Amino acid sequence: MTQSWTPMETDTSEGGQELRPRSDTDPLELLREQGAILRLPEGPALTPDDVAIEVTEDETMIINMGPQHPSTHGVLRVMLELEGETVLRSKPVIGYLHTGMEKIGEDLTYLQGPTNVTRMDYLSPLFTECVFSLAVEKLLEIEVPARATWIRMLMCELNRMSSHLLFMATNGMDLGAVSMMIYGWREREMVLAFFEKVTGLRMNHAYIRPGGVAADLPPGWRDDVLELCDLIGPRLDEYDELLTGQPIFRQRTEGVGVITPEQAIALGATGPILRSTGTAWDLRKDLPYQYYEQLDFDVIIGQYGDAFDRYAIRLNEIRESIKLVRQIVEVMPAGDYKVQDKKVTPPPRARIDESMEALIHHFKIFTEGFRVPEGEVYVGIESPRGEVGCYLVSDGSAKPYRMHIRGPSFVNLQTLPVMLRGGLVADAVAIISSVDPVMGEVDR
Amino acid sequence: MSDVETTDETTAPEAPPEPARVHGALVEERNGQTVVFPERSAYLDVMKALKDDGYEMCVDLCGVDHLQNPDRSLPDGIVRERFEVVVNLLSLSQKRRIRVRVQVPESDPTVPTLFRLWPGSEAMEREAWDMLGIAFVDHPDLSRILMPEDWEGHPLRKDFAQGRVPVQFKAPNQPSTGGAR
Repeated sequence: MTQSWTPMETDTSEGGQELRPRSDTDPLELLREQGAILRLPEGPALTPDDVAIEVTEDETMIINMGPQHPSTHGVLRVMLELEGETVLRSKPVIGYLHTGMEKIGEDLTYLQGPTNVTRMDYLSPLFTECVFSLAVEKLLEIEVPARATWIRMLMCELNRMSSHLLFMATNGMDLGAVSMMIYGWREREMVLAFFEKVTGLRMNHAYIRPGGVAADLPPGWRDDVLELCDLIGPRLDEYDELLTGQPIFRQRTEGVGVITPEQAIALGATGPILRSTGTAWDLRKDLPYQYYEQLDFDVIIGQYGDAFDRYAIRLNEIRESIKLVRQIVEVMPAGDYKVQDKKVTPPPRARIDESMEALIHHFKIFTEGFRVPEGEVYVGIESPRGEVGCYLVSDGSAKPYRMHIRGPSFVNLQTLPVMLRGGLVADAVAIISSVDPVMGEVDR
Repeated sequence: MSDVETTDETTAPEAPPEPARVHGALVEERNGQTVVFPERSAYLDVMKALKDDGYEMCVDLCGVDHLQNPDRSLPDGIVRERFEVVVNLLSLSQKRRIRVRVQVPESDPTVPTLFRLWPGSEAMEREAWDMLGIAFVDHPDLSRILMPEDWEGHPLRKDFAQGRVPVQFKAPNQPSTGGAR
């Protein structure tokens, strides 16, 4: 059995990453690739012997979807075993965008860290910055000023809107609603224009940093934000008209890529995928962090766990985020935007001109960085894709000893074999799109 | 299991109170978060018991190489080893988290897989294998996940220097020298 795949694979010590012919696949692995590998406590546990290799190999074929396929959202490669047009097995093959960010993170100071992690999930960069900063602050045992936290929440909710708007655009495009792509992109660009005004960059902001945020909100931010909310709200109603009620869109998404709550929980899926199964789990509500307890918003859940539910959840989460943003604008307090702790915060620019010590202090913070006490901490927050987590180990120096980011897309991709099984290859596009993976975060 | 008796015998009668344990494993509060330190031999049993306690979701699993950090603080009775596998569990019904840290020696970097308890740990264990060379016994598909499949070494190990490998991809048919450094 040496004919069917590349010679490179046979030479490796660890074995191939690819989907292999059935005859060469271990039964347990086969079961997993079929998406049937769930050991539910209440249900009958499947054993590897139960796998029927009922399909003869000359009736099936294994094809690659990606990594260059336009609807795999970057460099995701899904290998599909097809019988006619039906997907029998599938396996996501990832790593094409791996840049060793966790390794690089060990070589950057805590102040430089956000610049690195912001490039992971490039569609919702502020969440990764935020979770990294929260983890560092937990180790430092500092409390950031209220205004800094509110600014973080404001920016994160706006980022949730921009991320979901991009999902609207790409999901529409994947299903043939090309006009939706233009609309979603247009609205997202407005949010990004506001980000550019605040942080200086459209993406990869490095705006949320340990100790607070990089800069205060610019004058007139309130008007900009409210204008954004007034504009995007009615546009969502237009999306409803364009997609939600449209028979073609509904037929392509309803009942496609179904996943049960038990499967989603067992596979570690979070975010809209978990909520689409009817499980009301949102870290903002269930394990509240920052000031989300003080705000009024709803957790949107689905019922059927299909691609349409995931679309509808994201659409309505934009509405909830608008609601949150309006409340945050109301309560935004005055005060500092970063913590006034000499250990973490460099002295203000004016002090540097008059004081030698301030100059030295400023120089030391930006060259050596500040030291973080020894310890380890895990923080998780709700990003548009699910739980983004940061596990940080400090050895007492100015750089993280180990920095691990739990990427929601990385874990969510494991649901693909379950959702793809038994569907048509044309539905694979709809299903991959409904998972909304960001490969920068999957491969890190 | 056996360590319960040893602590009783070795400590004096007025010694500090018995350390807290969960399913026979030491447990500590660290930075306000609960951390369990099972022995490697008891790891799978502790995880099973924790799953029965209602931790339905394995949120995160990663490895840590403590080569340059041998003096880290651990509870008494836990032998410091080079590697650690860190598992973060989440209970949706009880709305709480717990973290499990198990020590893995350099001479035998293997841990039983959690795949049969939480199928979602599959990709994360593959990542820990790929990045740190910690092998998960009975894992259905323990292959590299992020690095190219003919990569040599495990990049997140502390003795794997950045920029050590000048050329990333070799030509096919070149036999691999194999294994971790």
